[in-house]
Amino acid sequence: MSDRIFGAVGLILALGYAWAALIIEESFLSDAVGPKAFPLIIAAVLGLSSLVIFFKPDTAPHWPALPRLMEVGAAILVMVLYAILLPELGFVIATALAATYLTWRLGTRPLSSVVSGCLTSLGIYAVFHLVLGLSLARGPLGF
Amino acid sequence: METLSSLADGFVIALTWQNLLLALLGCFLGTMMGALPGLGPSNGVAILIPLAFTLGLGATPSLILLTSVYYGAMYGGRISSILLNIPGDEPAMMTCLDGYPMAKKGRAGEALSLSGIASFVGAFLATWGLILLAPQLVKIALLFGPAEYFALFTLAFATLGGVASTNQAKTAFAAALGIGLATVGVDTQTGVPRFTFGEVHLYDGIDFLVAIVGLFALSEVFLFLEHRHGNADASGHKVTVGRLMPSWSLLKSCTPTMLRSSFLGFLAGVLPGAGASLGSFIAYTFEKKLVDKEGTFGTGDPRGVAAPEAGNNAAAGGALVPMLALGVPGSGTTAVLLAVLLALNITPGPLLFTQQPDVVWGLIAALFIANVMLLLMNIPMIGLFTRVLLIPPRILMPIVAMVSFVGIYGISGSSFDLLVMVGFGVLGWVLRKLDVPLVPIILGTLLGNAMENNLRRAITIDNGDWFALIDSPLSIGLWTLAVIGFLLPIIFGKVVKARMRHMAKDEEGSTID
Repeated sequence: MSDRIFGAVGLILALGYAWAALIIEESFLSDAVGPKAFPLIIAAVLGLSSLVIFFKPDTAPHWPALPRLMEVGAAILVMVLYAILLPELGFVIATALAATYLTWRLGTRPLSSVVSGCLTSLGIYAVFHLVLGLSLARGPLGF
Repeated sequence: METLSSLADGFVIALTWQNLLLALLGCFLGTMMGALPGLGPSNGVAILIPLAFTLGLGATPSLILLTSVYYGAMYGGRISSILLNIPGDEPAMMTCLDGYPMAKKGRAGEALSLSGIASFVGAFLATWGLILLAPQLVKIALLFGPAEYFALFTLAFATLGGVASTNQAKTAFAAALGIGLATVGVDTQTGVPRFTFGEVHLYDGIDFLVAIVGLFALSEVFLFLEHRHGNADASGHKVTVGRLMPSWSLLKSCTPTMLRSSFLGFLAGVLPGAGASLGSFIAYTFEKKLVDKEGTFGTGDPRGVAAPEAGNNAAAGGALVPMLALGVPGSGTTAVLLAVLLALNITPGPLLFTQQPDVVWGLIAALFIANVMLLLMNIPMIGLFTRVLLIPPRILMPIVAMVSFVGIYGISGSSFDLLVMVGFGVLGWVLRKLDVPLVPIILGTLLGNAMENNLRRAITIDNGDWFALIDSPLSIGLWTLAVIGFLLPIIFGKVVKARMRHMAKDEEGSTID
């Protein structure tokens, strides 16, 4: 079943890609092939392989139960938040929060997670910023 | 003779204090990453690429650092195979078969140092193979025109799934997806934007480094989250290492095995689509057929440890041949190394050898240096590396995730790239669940543009005639190979994969008994 859905999504993707290729505005100065041909070939390969996947599916993988899936979803959300908030909060705070969350969710006790998260953040800050001189996001507090 | 003097020049370049330190650092980090289950050579190199950049290293030093990581990870993979019966990375799978039984008999130390020596022999011989074979391949590659290159790229994609691939449709899908991603951005030949949907951030295309780190490193974090209570926690296993140095007689009895396995592994590495996993598999099965008369393979025979390790390290060296000489990588990790080269503005391929010989020979010299360092490091410091295995993944994985973020943010300083990376992480996780290989995606994003440019150049030269693609015997040959390479796994793939699985399973059964 998973592969059927995957094949269908792939096919939609291929069609969308082909459509997006067809509406590329060509400039008046173009080579013999133009900017559309190659993407159309790729769209064909994408579509054909999606069809094969749809009609000859493999055995379905083992999908995690809903709570596990939520777990992964929450981690994705935390990473997205991290990406958005990094410039606002500054590197050290944002990283400590994100690392604490991930460590906790991977099965560490809450208190140890806070310690480990803070150490991870400070460690990376020390190695990458103070030693290697990489410029990391500066928050309102200057770090 | 010319080769030797070039090699000497290479050593002059590689033997500076900075480069030696970088090689040392790379070997150390690489061995650690290889040893940790879940972090293989591709992941290891992927995470460190942004680091090499942000450090502002030049081309040769960055390459030295990252190839040391590559070789180091190939060495490191064996440690957890032998001690925990969990392969540190895929090529180390075959090492479990005899390595773990040896460790159970109290000969873990011997197994570790023997496999270290076998790795050295394999990698050392393969580096010589690289020196001898790559310049010959360059001579052939100089005959290639755009049409031949287009055919060569197709060949690389067609064979990437490898002989053990089970579903070629998924490989093709992954390759097309990768190439499709590469076409996002302003068209290099006519200057029109493609697939950007008016988003300014997409005009210069999707940075392949962002894609690589997301697909490889972040998806690994998601997999760990999903199997939180899996068997990845290393604590609880306690294996006594025992005597470290193998006796001379043991080494002597394994020497022919190492030599044969190195040769087979190197061949498997050079051939497109085979790679290190297959190298160790072929080496092990061949040795088993040839010397296993008493049926001791699988019960802790030292030769069964030496064969796959020599094989996979030789394959790692062999895989560098097509990558450097043709610019077409034959395996996942070399694809990541290609990303390094492209990001450094070095185009691998035949011209690299004539235009930037210092990069090539410096790199080759660095391989020798890394190899010696790894041998020296791996025998006395084995205790340190085994302790690394005790760091639980629940602490380690967040660090991996955060370092990935830092690396990408360090390059561009943009939140947008981080979001794209998270997107790739999710994509990588879903695709891995669905058994879609990730390497073709990476290779597609890397080579997509070059592939399209060669296609358009070939056809433009012939005034728009598409038959220009199959004009020369060379390109017809390449197309034929591509078709055969793509179809062969559909016929034999299931058999090979089943045999690999079958052997691994048999051993698991017998170790429990």
